[in-house]
Amino acid sequence: MLRKFGHVLALLALLVVELIALASSVLTLLATFGLGMVFLFPPQVRMIRWVTRATRHVVHASAGVTIEPPYLPQPPPPQPQSDGMYRSNRTLYKTPRMPAWNDRWKWLLTDPATWRDGLWLLLDPLVKVLLVPLFILLPGRGLRVYAMWCEMLLAATVASRLAGQVNHLSKVRNLAVDTQAAEMRRIERDLHDGTQARLVAIGMTIGAAEELMTTDAAAAKALMAKAREASAETLTELRRIVRGIHPPVLAERGLADAVRALAMDSALRVTVDADLPHRPEAPVEAAAYFAVSELLANSARHGGAKSVVIDLSCNGPNLRITVADDGWGGADPAKGSGLAGIERRLAAFDGVMAINSPPGGPTTVTMELPRVLPEYWAGELPKLPRWKLVTVLALHLTAWCPLFPQGVVAAIFKIFGVDEETWFLALHLPEPWQWPVIAFMITLGLIMYVTAVALPALHEKKGGAARC
Amino acid sequence: MLGDPEPPMVPSVPLRVLIAEDLYLLREGLVHLLQAHGFQVVAAVESGPELLKGLLELRPDVSIVDVRLPPTLTDEGLQAALAARKQVPGLPILVLSQHVQQLYARELLADGSGAIGYLLKDRVFNAEQFVDAVRRVAAGGTAMDPEVIAKLLASNAAHEPLAALTPREREVLEAMAEGRSNAAISQRLYLSESAVAKHTASIFGKLGLAPSDDDNRRVLAVLAYLNSR
Repeated sequence: MLRKFGHVLALLALLVVELIALASSVLTLLATFGLGMVFLFPPQVRMIRWVTRATRHVVHASAGVTIEPPYLPQPPPPQPQSDGMYRSNRTLYKTPRMPAWNDRWKWLLTDPATWRDGLWLLLDPLVKVLLVPLFILLPGRGLRVYAMWCEMLLAATVASRLAGQVNHLSKVRNLAVDTQAAEMRRIERDLHDGTQARLVAIGMTIGAAEELMTTDAAAAKALMAKAREASAETLTELRRIVRGIHPPVLAERGLADAVRALAMDSALRVTVDADLPHRPEAPVEAAAYFAVSELLANSARHGGAKSVVIDLSCNGPNLRITVADDGWGGADPAKGSGLAGIERRLAAFDGVMAINSPPGGPTTVTMELPRVLPEYWAGELPKLPRWKLVTVLALHLTAWCPLFPQGVVAAIFKIFGVDEETWFLALHLPEPWQWPVIAFMITLGLIMYVTAVALPALHEKKGGAARC
Repeated sequence: MLGDPEPPMVPSVPLRVLIAEDLYLLREGLVHLLQAHGFQVVAAVESGPELLKGLLELRPDVSIVDVRLPPTLTDEGLQAALAARKQVPGLPILVLSQHVQQLYARELLADGSGAIGYLLKDRVFNAEQFVDAVRRVAAGGTAMDPEVIAKLLASNAAHEPLAALTPREREVLEAMAEGRSNAAISQRLYLSESAVAKHTASIFGKLGLAPSDDDNRRVLAVLAYLNSR
């Protein structure tokens, strides 16, 4: 109770701030649009946002209602053109200061949340004053009503949520495309400098052998042997490149066995615990594989680990991977190891990575890729036992009989006084029994239908809890 | 590469061989190569189901199987080989692949019945050594790719008994694990056969394995030892 009054007091204290903010806002708006003092606008918006943020905070603490901020994401810093100038609309600037200011101004001015905030600021003092009696008599309910009012104007709208999502997706897409392009360049370089050059050398050796064939058969033979050796080396090289693009075991066996193969080839003692009833999509598998591979290499190279435990499991439709080693810890993605690369790789699938690596160890890295596994495994749905199946079928086949002819049709006959009894049981009974029997028939039919639908659904639900 | 060939064996009846490979050129190349070396190719198939059927119905003296086969182009060939050996223990099969994996090697060796080979496709380049490996598998021996053995040894490197071997003993162990007889090892390492025998006895002593005069059984013991880690 006391806490609630405390919250009410905080809200009323905010009211004072709001009134000051409102007054200054009116003045700055007049100055901005009346006198052209546009530089006053951003600080004013920032001030209002401060007030609304404080209000969201108090509402969250008092009524337990979380109000998501609705603001559009801040514009990115301006990028220089190829000639080093910064462009904003049709004007070129030498420094990024003005374009950045323009972007900011446009961002604040065109965000609908700015104006919704303004409307809220205008009306909120009135709402608060009207709510004061309720605040005093029933502070709990009063705070909840106030939270509802704030949610109306301060919460994120569908449009602002979508805008945030689009922003996030385009960022992720850029990242993914960049990573992809870098990979492509690396592969191109490997093929160009390694494989291609070796093949040229082999071709030349064979050509030389061809010329020598008739004159010096022994030398030609030696050259051919050399060409064969070189081709074997080229194959080894090509295998290495293929492994870097998409490891063959991954293509042949899927993530779990590919990680097992990785574990066997590692110098560390690696235990793999895999519980994946189904293979995720190939790109997801590849991202997960390379992430594990990188982490394993890190454990060996920087972590001073002796043994590693890798756990692959599913958490609903999410793929969860844990890599834990007993090294000396201190892993930090900011330090520029491969961890940042892993994060980038996972980001393409909205995956996240959590690193727990206190100095002195041990290090545990948990990665989670959301919704990359099918929600229901085909073929693994719990099968209905035979007796349930027979019951369901029998119910479906017979439920129409009590419901329609014996129930509904008999009722219609009775209402309209049709003088036919045919095979409707109820109409053959004495008068006082007729309506109760009709009602019973309809209820019975309905219950039979509901049971027929509910039996399999309940079974699936029970089985679903057993699956991961 | 594979080291020196063993003393040539001259089979009285030609060995019946089955080939499973989806690349036409390589399949034909293998057929010609083996026919030229006195094998009788009873079937050359290109998919997993055909392979399994052929293995079980024809019971070839030795089969050469590519790991990746249609229809799924995953490890169809390997699966067929494992399935056939489950039904017919010790059915001689030589598995070929573009890449070698400890995982697959361990699966192939797991039943411990020998007559198994696992080589990189590159090894076909050296016809004599390849044919020698095929004969060895047909005779119930093993032919493991040096690369697999190197990986197996590397992942066992930290274990006490292996670390205690002298460099020479390690070389002998590697050659033995690939599936070679004492005679072949002595040729390859330029040692006398008695010296090889001495090294072998010492290795078996250090690893705590029961010594055996039979080449094949000895190789299997070593592979089982490496596989158990």
